[in-house]
Amino acid sequence: MAYQTVVVKESALVRALPWISVIAFFILWEGVVRSGMIPPTMLASPSQVVSAFIDKIGDPNPDGAIMFTHFKTSIEEAFTGYVLALLVGIPLGLAMGWFKIAEGLFRPIFELIRPIPPIAWIPLTVFWFGIGLTGKVFIIWIAGIVPCVINAYVGVRMTNPVLIQMARTYGASDWQIFKQLCIPSSLPMVFGALQLALAYCWTNLVGAELLAADSGLGYLITMGGRVARPDLIVLGMICVGLSGAVIGFIIDRIEKKLLAGIRR
Amino acid sequence: MPKSVSEEVNEQFEKAVDDHYNAIIKGEIKEGIEEGTASGVLVQEPLNAPPPPRPAGAPPVKIHCEDISKTFIQKGNQAVPVIRDITLDVYENEFLVVLGPGQSGKSTLLKIIAGLEIPDKGYVTLDGEPITGPGPDRGIVFQSYMLFAWKNVRDNVELGLKLRGVPAEERHAIADHYIRMVGLEGFEKHYPHQLSGGMKQRVGIARAYANSPKVMLLDEPFGQLDAQTRMYMQVETARIWEKERRTVLFVTNNIDEALFLGDRIVLMEGKLPGTLKTEYAVNLPRPREHTSMELLELREEIISNTELVL
Repeated sequence: MAYQTVVVKESALVRALPWISVIAFFILWEGVVRSGMIPPTMLASPSQVVSAFIDKIGDPNPDGAIMFTHFKTSIEEAFTGYVLALLVGIPLGLAMGWFKIAEGLFRPIFELIRPIPPIAWIPLTVFWFGIGLTGKVFIIWIAGIVPCVINAYVGVRMTNPVLIQMARTYGASDWQIFKQLCIPSSLPMVFGALQLALAYCWTNLVGAELLAADSGLGYLITMGGRVARPDLIVLGMICVGLSGAVIGFIIDRIEKKLLAGIRR
Repeated sequence: MPKSVSEEVNEQFEKAVDDHYNAIIKGEIKEGIEEGTASGVLVQEPLNAPPPPRPAGAPPVKIHCEDISKTFIQKGNQAVPVIRDITLDVYENEFLVVLGPGQSGKSTLLKIIAGLEIPDKGYVTLDGEPITGPGPDRGIVFQSYMLFAWKNVRDNVELGLKLRGVPAEERHAIADHYIRMVGLEGFEKHYPHQLSGGMKQRVGIARAYANSPKVMLLDEPFGQLDAQTRMYMQVETARIWEKERRTVLFVTNNIDEALFLGDRIVLMEGKLPGTLKTEYAVNLPRPREHTSMELLELREEIISNTELVL
């Protein structure tokens, strides 16, 4: 009995640790800024960030848009780029994995483009699409398509070769094998791409919004820099981080449900 | 001009050779049989004796392998001969077992018949037609089951039918028939991960039968099962085969399995390249007993023969 009680106490402590760590982090942060160890021109305290958030809910100053608009713009851009990346990247990767012609045609180009950081596309994007939504979506699309292609390609490539032989002995055509065997067996990798691509898209959001913009979370961060308001910078950063984590969590749930439906 | 020494020796040698051949022609010396004489050479029995003449009234030949050899090129351009000079007939509705230890090329032989490998030499015919690639006329049961993990039992069994575009209703009827035959009724909606190894292999067998192939090729189908399940599956296989007569080529490394199932057992040499060694007819009534006296005697004989080679 006594031993069991000790175990329960320990696990309660272990469960509380993440909360303790987060709370301690914010208290430390607040203390460091308030005590003047870091001057307020260089870092905002959590309480300042919270009050900036409350102000920004209804006040478009000094960056020109209220909080809701920032969120809406960023999510719109990221989501459009993300969906387009999935729609193009996954079929392309699947085809490259199975059809020699697709692999021969697209693989070399893809390998060349892959190592270029998405932000490096910004100047060209401005030439091509100007500074509107299209340009930002393009940057995000470039960021998201890479994991889509790679995961779908590898997923098809990892199809058990004996299963392919088996399907051939049942008279399956190349197209039938691709559709009924390679695609289903690549699905776990493809679902992995949903997560990865989202992370890539979201992290490149700030970069995309370096393009002239009038709203967006990345824009809020840049504007905060321009008007020397650390509270706005940190507010933008925290919003990008938190909303990314929330969206990631939702996608993870969807992925698990879909996979469970397929695997059962 | 006097002859040189070398010319003289040469002349003498040529004369000796002429004499020798004249003697052979006259029948004074028999070439090639007399051991130990200067002119006789021991003739070795060819490693692969021609197959024994077919018994009169035997059923027609279903699969014919004509002198096939296969060499794999491994990494580093190393050639590994896997099977050599195999000539083999499988008769209609016969249960033929190819028995051989690991690394004797028996799976490669099966893959060549399946059309998944192309022999370097020789050819295979099915009903007199040469085999050029895989096809639904040969149903294959793989050692590692090879089921679609995302399809339930019925959909797995229906695979070949669906690929051929058989209408759904007919497909279900055929699948249900074979699911019943392998004793899996009630498991139609189960997924492979919910089944035991033996049950998975039953699905594999039902899937192969459902496609109504001309011949069944089984590649060590029970190799991954525990000993008890394996024995049970052998009994089941014999039962199914007697019900659904089909030409069967069954590859195994297990003597008891071969004796229990086979009408005929072809023994393969136990090292690469694999060659056919001997053939045993198992003329025992079915259903057989694993421990019947006749079976054990034949087992003894095969084992003693195997040890001689190894």
